[in-house]
Amino acid sequence: MSHYLPEGLPAPAPSRDGLDAPYWEGTLSEQLIIQKCNSCKTWLWGPEWICHQCLSFDIGWEQTSSEGIIYSWERIWHPVHPAFKEENLPFIVVLVELPQADNVRMVGNLLGDPKQEIVIGSKVKAVFEKHEDAKNPYALVQWELDQ
Amino acid sequence: MPKRTHRGKTAVVGVGETTYYKRGQSPDAEFKLTLIAIIEACKDAGIDPKDIDGFSSYSNDRNEPTRLAAALGTKELRFASMQWGGGGGGASGAVANATAAIMAGMADVVVVFRSLAQGQFQRFGQGAQMNKISGQMAYTMPYGLMSPAQMFAMRCIRFMHDYDVKQETFRNIAMASYQHAQNNPRAVMNGRPLTEQKYDDSRWIVEPFHLYDCCQENDGAAALILVSAEKAKEFKSPVHILSAASGSEHRAGAPVHNNPTYATSSFTSVAPHLYEVAGITAKDVDVIQSYENFTGGVVMSLVEHGFCEPEEVNEALKLENLLAPSGKIPLNTSGGNLAECYMHGLGLNIEAVRQVRGESSNQVKDVNISMVTSGPMVSPVSSCIFGSEDTL
Ligand SMILES: [Zn+2]
Repeated sequence: MSHYLPEGLPAPAPSRDGLDAPYWEGTLSEQLIIQKCNSCKTWLWGPEWICHQCLSFDIGWEQTSSEGIIYSWERIWHPVHPAFKEENLPFIVVLVELPQADNVRMVGNLLGDPKQEIVIGSKVKAVFEKHEDAKNPYALVQWELDQ
Repeated sequence: MPKRTHRGKTAVVGVGETTYYKRGQSPDAEFKLTLIAIIEACKDAGIDPKDIDGFSSYSNDRNEPTRLAAALGTKELRFASMQWGGGGGGASGAVANATAAIMAGMADVVVVFRSLAQGQFQRFGQGAQMNKISGQMAYTMPYGLMSPAQMFAMRCIRFMHDYDVKQETFRNIAMASYQHAQNNPRAVMNGRPLTEQKYDDSRWIVEPFHLYDCCQENDGAAALILVSAEKAKEFKSPVHILSAASGSEHRAGAPVHNNPTYATSSFTSVAPHLYEVAGITAKDVDVIQSYENFTGGVVMSLVEHGFCEPEEVNEALKLENLLAPSGKIPLNTSGGNLAECYMHGLGLNIEAVRQVRGESSNQVKDVNISMVTSGPMVSPVSSCIFGSEDTL
């Protein structure tokens, strides 16, 4: 698939301390793999070393559903990075809740018309946007309306 | 055990500012700006700068107390404190830390300061440029979410959604700042009034923020001198600290926008502490300076500090209610971060002091209680309440 945003933005990489490698590996195989506490079974996001519920360090990684709900959104018109040219604007960022993973939230872009009306509460599903030509290939989790 | 309180235990005895400049326009280096503001504050107080023995700042101010103390010929450095956290969330927190140090006998004359020369250093409004990003930012930057406006817009959209808040309410916040700035010769936007039309026609930065919903980027410095209430009696016009509090809500810093209370400015836990110490409620506040990084944050700050219910903001925050001298909630009477200067909000604390002294360019009548809220939506946030002699 094509990329939602222009080339030249910072490419994500697993953190060097090893905290979040499973997530990035998962995205490359089109799986949404996030943290889940092995002790109290709470889903956790973003990545952390400890479970904020039970304070266990025994944190696992599990695949979760790619179904989400738009919790909030914003439409960006003013670029703050030189990679954006006029034709790349505006674009939409959404905050998506994962109802099947204790409503943890993820940030992504909402695919489709950048000028579309956005309705909080809309159902969306994850789409894996692969950047295979990057020096270190990665995939971004994007969202599209689930009709 | 007697009740622990800092109410009325310290006072501001001097304030100082440099000229305020647009970003990159300061003829002076950032460190020199800091020195100028501190010396001005000492002049205002009538003390020898060499008698300062404590420094309190926030947001990783680059001008370290060690260098300042050496430059100023400080006789003895006893307190050097940095409030953690970015943005202006530490402005009133730095006042709180200075108060704590003075009460604890760790220092006698503490300067709270902040200086910025965004021309010399990285701009706040610009996205960082790098090829690779890891850690928390790896979950936002590749999606184009990189500036403070973009970080906070989604909180404001959710707040607007939850309580049916109108764009006009955000506009009123901007209008109040600009209207006040027209009477303030220090204000960078003095002589550049804002109209409803101009606001509506201005470009979107990121929905729901028009250009005029966003703070400026400026160069300058600001400073306040604090001493104990006892020592304050030696000074001409002390303004008393009735309360200063900082902190944030449960897991406010949860990564990747996962803070449980998302549609807030993070003050829901801080405000009750603030009022409890001061022994007042929002009804007692005569004038308020509320940090505008973005107008939506001001609306939330006012709600969380009890000035109105969230369902009522469209009515309660009508422009006429926000204007000095006679509005119900005179707001940002210097022009604030939007139209006076963005000195990471410390200018708001100075304006709050001025209101108690009766020296504002948009003076509210008979001010006894003057409040500041600092840095909405960041973590930690902070607020403080200044009072006249009569409130003690
Ligand atoms: Zn757990």
